[in-house]
Amino acid sequence: MRRYSLLAALVVLAFVMLFPFLLVALNAFKSPAEYSSGGPLALPEGLYLDGLVEFWNRVDFTRKLWNSLLISGCVAAGAVVLSVLNAYALGIGRVRGRLWILVVFLVANTLPQEALVYPLYYLAKQVGLYDSRLFVILIFTVIQAAFGTYLLSAVLGRFPAEILEAAAIDGAGKWRALWLIVVPISRPTLSVLLIFFFIWTWNEFFLPLVFLISNDNQTVPVALGVLQGDRLMDATMSSASALLGIVPAVAFFLIFQRTLTRGITVGAIK
Amino acid sequence: MRSRGYWLYLIPSLVLFVGVIVAPFLMNVATSFTRWSGVGTPEWIGFENYARLLKDERFWTSFQHNVALILAMAVVPTLLGLVLAAALFDYIAKKFGPRTASALRAAFYLPQVLPVAIAGVVWGWLLHPSYGAVNEIFGIDVNWLGDPSLALATVMAIMVWFQLGYPVVIFMAGLQRVDPALYEAAEIDGASWWRRFWHITVPQIRPEFFVVLLTCTIAALKVFGPIFVLTRGGPAGATMVPSYFSYLNFFQRVNVGYGSAIATVLALIIVVVTFLFLRVQERDA
Repeated sequence: MRRYSLLAALVVLAFVMLFPFLLVALNAFKSPAEYSSGGPLALPEGLYLDGLVEFWNRVDFTRKLWNSLLISGCVAAGAVVLSVLNAYALGIGRVRGRLWILVVFLVANTLPQEALVYPLYYLAKQVGLYDSRLFVILIFTVIQAAFGTYLLSAVLGRFPAEILEAAAIDGAGKWRALWLIVVPISRPTLSVLLIFFFIWTWNEFFLPLVFLISNDNQTVPVALGVLQGDRLMDATMSSASALLGIVPAVAFFLIFQRTLTRGITVGAIK
Repeated sequence: MRSRGYWLYLIPSLVLFVGVIVAPFLMNVATSFTRWSGVGTPEWIGFENYARLLKDERFWTSFQHNVALILAMAVVPTLLGLVLAAALFDYIAKKFGPRTASALRAAFYLPQVLPVAIAGVVWGWLLHPSYGAVNEIFGIDVNWLGDPSLALATVMAIMVWFQLGYPVVIFMAGLQRVDPALYEAAEIDGASWWRRFWHITVPQIRPEFFVVLLTCTIAALKVFGPIFVLTRGGPAGATMVPSYFSYLNFFQRVNVGYGSAIATVLALIIVVVTFLFLRVQERDA
């Protein structure tokens, strides 16, 4: 009996954790009339897609998905490249003062974005990059690379020196050694970084909220977050909006699951 | 193998890093000593913003709310996560198989995959005062996020829901390291589950414990998304936090100098907290 009571308690807790997801899925496909007559727990009578479609079109969700994909993709790629360059100099090149450089990167990583936002906002307006996705890509590339450098320097610090020596004897310069030897061998770590940078950037809210104000440039979390509680939304449309926020996030998790579970403890350092 | 020329690889990052992080941060600190609306020339006023901060009731309450959120986002999830991870690892996985344990772990973790703002969107709907599912299900009429005496507790509960999976996953990964013989020996000696928990599980995953507590505390100090989405700091400032308070001063009240002072203090607190954690961890190791 005692054997099962703990299991039962944990199952109940798991159910509580999943319950919000269940409610969203259950109600996103109901008509408002169905919701008010059957309540939130009733099964939908059919697939009522009008609320979802109307919301999708109203916020131009295709556009928001594209913005989020574009920004997160560019940041992930750019930040991995910057991290590799830095880590090559710090981890393998062991340039002088590397410890201090790493400390600066680490402190930068813990700084709240609130302490950077206004000067960046002012700057963006001066150079005509306010409300531009390019500017947001640039900022997050640097922010993510600060963390990536810290992590990757430790990894490359353990890179087998014999391989590099052999390459040097064969006449490969530093630049060739980096792209032909270091990068291919470190690919597993780099792919973990790439995926984490992508998801972290996708999840960002504060800076995209400040910098991407027009409908054409907003990301998924910003568009949905700003509309939450909007007067024009009814119960089932709110549910549909929540569903649109959940689906990409859960999809990424499922697609990248194996890499993520491998890397999640790595990410814990962040 | 030390050779010259590697520092060239740092140049692109150093340029971008100075432009995007170092210079803006220094400008923010400089602005905190001025009175400035964002247009025209900032007027130098020394420490006036900081003096005003110390006397500002709203600033102090916003920090109290931050402490409450550290409780909800760091302390409670870490402690609860520790017990859950140990129960899953040392009991459920053994008695009911590892698949049961990983299924439960996945369920606890699911909220963590959401962008935190989307977690706010989900709960904003569930707790909506006129059509929210929670009130409908229980047949009650509670304004969870609109009642000043309830709003902070509600946000705290939502954040526990959001954060819990993170420590569970990290701790369970840490427990993989532990030699199973330790547990077996303790079991043969008749050590109860609680004794094994205190004498094996907890000491073995101390490093993870510190990392999780630190990262979650920093996240709680920086919290912005859920506050913006759920309450905008209201009702009547009941859920105001420093990050949102600085945002308000920057972009709505055009008190840029004051907003900068708040952001600088917040940055300082986060750096000090990080430093203290690392010191404690160092001494512990």
